Amino acid sequence: MSMLSIRGIGKHFGGLQVLQDVNIEVPGGAIFALIGPNGAGKTTVFNLVTGLLKPSSGSISFLGQDLAGVAAHRITRLGIARTFQNIRLFPDMTLLQNVMVGRHHLTNYGGFAALFATPSFREAERRSRERALELLSWVKLDHKAESTADNLSYGEQRKLEFARALATEPKLLLLDEPVAGMNSSEKAVLMEEIRNIRDRGYGVFLIEHDMRFVMNLCDRVAVLNFGRIIAEGAPDEIRSSPEVIEAYLGRGDEAEVLP
Amino acid sequence: MEAFADFWATYSTLIFTVGIHALLALSLWLTLSCGLLSLANAAFMGIGAYTAALLTLHLHWPFPMVLAAGGLAPAAVALLIGAPTLRLSGVYLAMATLAFGEVTRILVLNLEITGGPEGLNGIPLLTTWWHIVLILAAAGYALARLRRSRMGRAFEAIREDEVAARMMGIDVEGHKLAAFTLGAVLAGLAGALNAHSTFFISPREYGFENAVDILTMTILGGISSLIGPVLGATILTLLPELLRFLHAYRLAVNGLILIGVVLFLPTGLWDSRRLRQFVGDWRNRREGKP
Repeated sequence: MSMLSIRGIGKHFGGLQVLQDVNIEVPGGAIFALIGPNGAGKTTVFNLVTGLLKPSSGSISFLGQDLAGVAAHRITRLGIARTFQNIRLFPDMTLLQNVMVGRHHLTNYGGFAALFATPSFREAERRSRERALELLSWVKLDHKAESTADNLSYGEQRKLEFARALATEPKLLLLDEPVAGMNSSEKAVLMEEIRNIRDRGYGVFLIEHDMRFVMNLCDRVAVLNFGRIIAEGAPDEIRSSPEVIEAYLGRGDEAEVLP
Repeated sequence: MEAFADFWATYSTLIFTVGIHALLALSLWLTLSCGLLSLANAAFMGIGAYTAALLTLHLHWPFPMVLAAGGLAPAAVALLIGAPTLRLSGVYLAMATLAFGEVTRILVLNLEITGGPEGLNGIPLLTTWWHIVLILAAAGYALARLRRSRMGRAFEAIREDEVAARMMGIDVEGHKLAAFTLGAVLAGLAGALNAHSTFFISPREYGFENAVDILTMTILGGISSLIGPVLGATILTLLPELLRFLHAYRLAVNGLILIGVVLFLPTGLWDSRRLRQFVGDWRNRREGKP
């Protein structure tokens, strides 16, 4: 059964039709990629799934629950976490605090407990800190836990965002261009991390431009062009699909000139 | 002992004002910690002051209950106006809260029960120094605890990146409303204490000028920790008195000092990060490290 079902989604901003009748089934426990040229509407799909935007038509359901009208922060609590194309960290907070923010809804205590630092408060905070440190060690940033996020290099920032998303204990992880701006060795490391994440039982749904990265990593691929899904299948099928080649490389001249 | 009695007789009003201003600056610190640039806190202070004064004058409530009501009345108003206005951000929120402040002032100016432009007279002087110390200490403690809790982290996250905070499962609207309302409680308490230490209150004291003063105190001190706002309130209250020897040039020099601070210390007088760095450098130099 698929984890996330996107059925007949349309989205327009005023007169601009961004997505049209998009159907995507994201399976659980696998790495699924959504690819397509710039401006195809990929990030809009993420914004619709995470509740930052509302679809103009169609429906989205996650683990059988319809997401229509569910507030964005509640969607996160249902088990969908995401990273951003243009990294969005909390720059003045420490790495540890960044990750602990992700555990907000999992750290349960009331105002009274916080005010008087009761044992239950201290226990919950300790658990939260420990889990945050564990996640930081997954991405090999635990040695910098106490420095602020704005001191990190670009690649480290991406990894921190990754750890922060995992802190919400998601079932499905949405990654928006996770390797943008990384060099090939960094990409190889991240590819390994994403495989590890999948093997731990998370579903991964990612947007990417880098074809080699997608083809080597993903179990299934969907291609979006001008707001429509033009192909879906295993990486090998996608690679040889004429529609996809046309979307990326353009059509041969002869075909246009000659009838 | 006599010297102290003289000192107290001369300066007790000023010291009371420092404490009340510190409480106001902390109230705005709370609102700002969630990224909300609000100019409503002067009006919240006014609502607290009038509520408290009226309860004392007409219903003769005991002072602790009067104080509690002075904190709760503006909180109720904050909940009511927060839902529609907190969707705005940045200067737009500042403008909306400014408008709210003006509406409140004009309402108080024209209502009969508030005494109109003449204000309320003959409020018994029930505020003592330990009321102020106690409430200020309790507020400082509660805010320090809050900073170290999930709520404080959520406020900071919302201030730094609202969308990312939302994607972390934080109820952004709920937290903003909480920061706004809790800020109103502290401002209202400051108003109630103020009303019972000055004998007389009028709508003039809770208008635009006061709103800007509160903002200046908080920003001047720095919002990176709780010490900043208290420091800012103390300096801005005492500075005009310390500059009294300058006579006519007093306010101009006061303004120049403020401009200097804002230009050279844009994160405020007390920036915990800068101080840590400074102390670290000094230690390294002493130990001969680069």
